[in-house]
Amino acid sequence: MTTDGWPLWEVFVRSRRGLSHTHAGSLHAPDAEMALRNARDLYTRRNEGVSIWVVPSTAITASSPDEKDPFFEPSADKPYRHPTFYEIPEGVKHL
Amino acid sequence: MTTAPTTHAAALALGDDALVLSHRLGEWAGNAPVLEEEVALANIALDLLGQARVLLSLVGDEDELAYLREERSFRNLQLVEQPNGDFAHTLARQLYFSTYQRLLYRELATGDTPLTGLAAKAVKEVAYHQDHAEHWTLRLGDGTPESHRRMQQACEALWRYTGEMFQPLDGLDIDWPQLEADWLTSVTGVLERATLTVPEGPRTGAWAAGAGRQGLHTEPFGRMLAEMQHLHRSHPGATW
Repeated sequence: MTTDGWPLWEVFVRSRRGLSHTHAGSLHAPDAEMALRNARDLYTRRNEGVSIWVVPSTAITASSPDEKDPFFEPSADKPYRHPTFYEIPEGVKHL
Repeated sequence: MTTAPTTHAAALALGDDALVLSHRLGEWAGNAPVLEEEVALANIALDLLGQARVLLSLVGDEDELAYLREERSFRNLQLVEQPNGDFAHTLARQLYFSTYQRLLYRELATGDTPLTGLAAKAVKEVAYHQDHAEHWTLRLGDGTPESHRRMQQACEALWRYTGEMFQPLDGLDIDWPQLEADWLTSVTGVLERATLTVPEGPRTGAWAAGAGRQGLHTEPFGRMLAEMQHLHRSHPGATW
């Protein structure tokens, strides 16, 4: 048995309620159900998560390094887009 | 801490089951068919090792019990000492054993014995072990002709070791015939969904296996034990 024929999956883990799922890594698995189980064993064995998503890597469309300038540079000199003019209420940690 | 002697024998038997199967699963480290599965099997092995430590500590010194007993003093089922074989054998063994362990621990968790605490914690671990074995059984049984053939072969080869699991253990208030009936329902359900044929061979009686609880073990167990114990015996008290 080899993983040659096994598709690649991207794993997203939610570490706590209230936080969003964060990319944790990728793995090989024959199908989605097994990918979830493999993800549980690989990425949450030290109590890192309360929820897991797995997504076929082929379903992800990524921006390309060639598009870096038109994509990201225009936002570099627009400080007024940062909401710095109001105070974050006490107790809100993950805004 | 030691328990009332009434549950000593049961703690020893269940502790040896967990210890021996843990070692067998550990043998896959570096050899598993895929990395993801190696980690999965290692996780299961570590869960079982944790259970073994608690159970053996109820009986005596865990290191002495694990590393300095002779073969005839081990009380584990013959099922758990069977060699890993191919991946199908490992999973058939796991399906049979984890189903038993889940049903048994679920009962023990509601009781009031020195094993109750361990059972309540372990039943969740074991539920995952069973789920893992079940998913693989479904995929191998209902997979390619080759995977189906191997899974069928594995289920049949280990079938005769499954009757031994339901020999009553002293000191435990368990309805053993009911436990066995539930086990059969669960396992046959999985095998049928996996398009496998439920083995027809005997599970009890003269042609079945099973005297592990009395200290009689199969040939491969001696070699496994030698490997498991040689470090501690060569370097008594070694630490790192």
